[in-house]
Amino acid sequence: MRAAVIVFPGSNCDRDLAVAFRAAGIETTMVWHKDTGLPEGTDIVGVPGGFSYGDYLRCGAIAATSPVIAAVRAHAERGGYVMGICNGFQILTETGLLPGALLRNAGLKYICRTVPLVVGTSDSVYTRAYNAGDVLQIPIAHHDGNYIADPDTLNRLQAEDRIAFTYGDNPNGSVHDIAGILSDNRRILGMMPHPERAADPAHGGTDGQRLFAHLAEALTAA
Amino acid sequence: MKARVHVMLKDGVLDPQGEAVRHALGAMGFEGVAGVRQGKVIELDLKDGTSEAEVADMCERLLANTVIESYRIEIA
Repeated sequence: MRAAVIVFPGSNCDRDLAVAFRAAGIETTMVWHKDTGLPEGTDIVGVPGGFSYGDYLRCGAIAATSPVIAAVRAHAERGGYVMGICNGFQILTETGLLPGALLRNAGLKYICRTVPLVVGTSDSVYTRAYNAGDVLQIPIAHHDGNYIADPDTLNRLQAEDRIAFTYGDNPNGSVHDIAGILSDNRRILGMMPHPERAADPAHGGTDGQRLFAHLAEALTAA
Repeated sequence: MKARVHVMLKDGVLDPQGEAVRHALGAMGFEGVAGVRQGKVIELDLKDGTSEAEVADMCERLLANTVIESYRIEIA
């Protein structure tokens, strides 16, 4: 299976994500934001964390207008998999591929620490390694991770079992403690925490490693 | 021609930055500041004849995130 990791000016988790994909046996290509297409046979697109375009205007807003995003959108519309982490989640909400938005943290501070993350559903290629209710230790590193959506959207996310992860101890004010959500076809994941930073013993934690291993297994079988 | 776009968080969306400013004003001794909402102003230098509808399209597609923000256009 093949992954494409998008690189924007200001991305800083792109290589970490590529390392995590490759460690799981996923052939990974880096794709520059000005490219207008994805490599042939791309199964999953990784939209990495960082500060694309310096977070100018709004986090993810400028990245959402970049040429490569049209290709990512087409890939998603074909039923392709897309995983957005941190700034990647912000970019996916700005493109409209995921509902809602991410506001400034309620406490106004940039927060960088490992937090307990509760698995909301095992029903996705991203969370199949876990059981709902499992608590993982995964780092967060963001200033704008305060998830918000209108009440109808929140009701749908809950009714359709699309809340992938919640915080065990809400650090940023997110509504319903939401840390990650799935698209209606369950193939697009957006999450603020960084599983790629808990994917190797040298990281000090490996709770994210299984996400990538089981993702690779699911997409290889598909 | 110029246009000025005011972008504000929608009513009901908590504005933690505005709240911090409100607290700071209170701490400085300014009494009676019941609320502060912080937004942004974007000035556009436009080709003459650009329609307000086109500026609205810019707002919808980039300048504001209408999930959380509202906007107001002033054509100067």
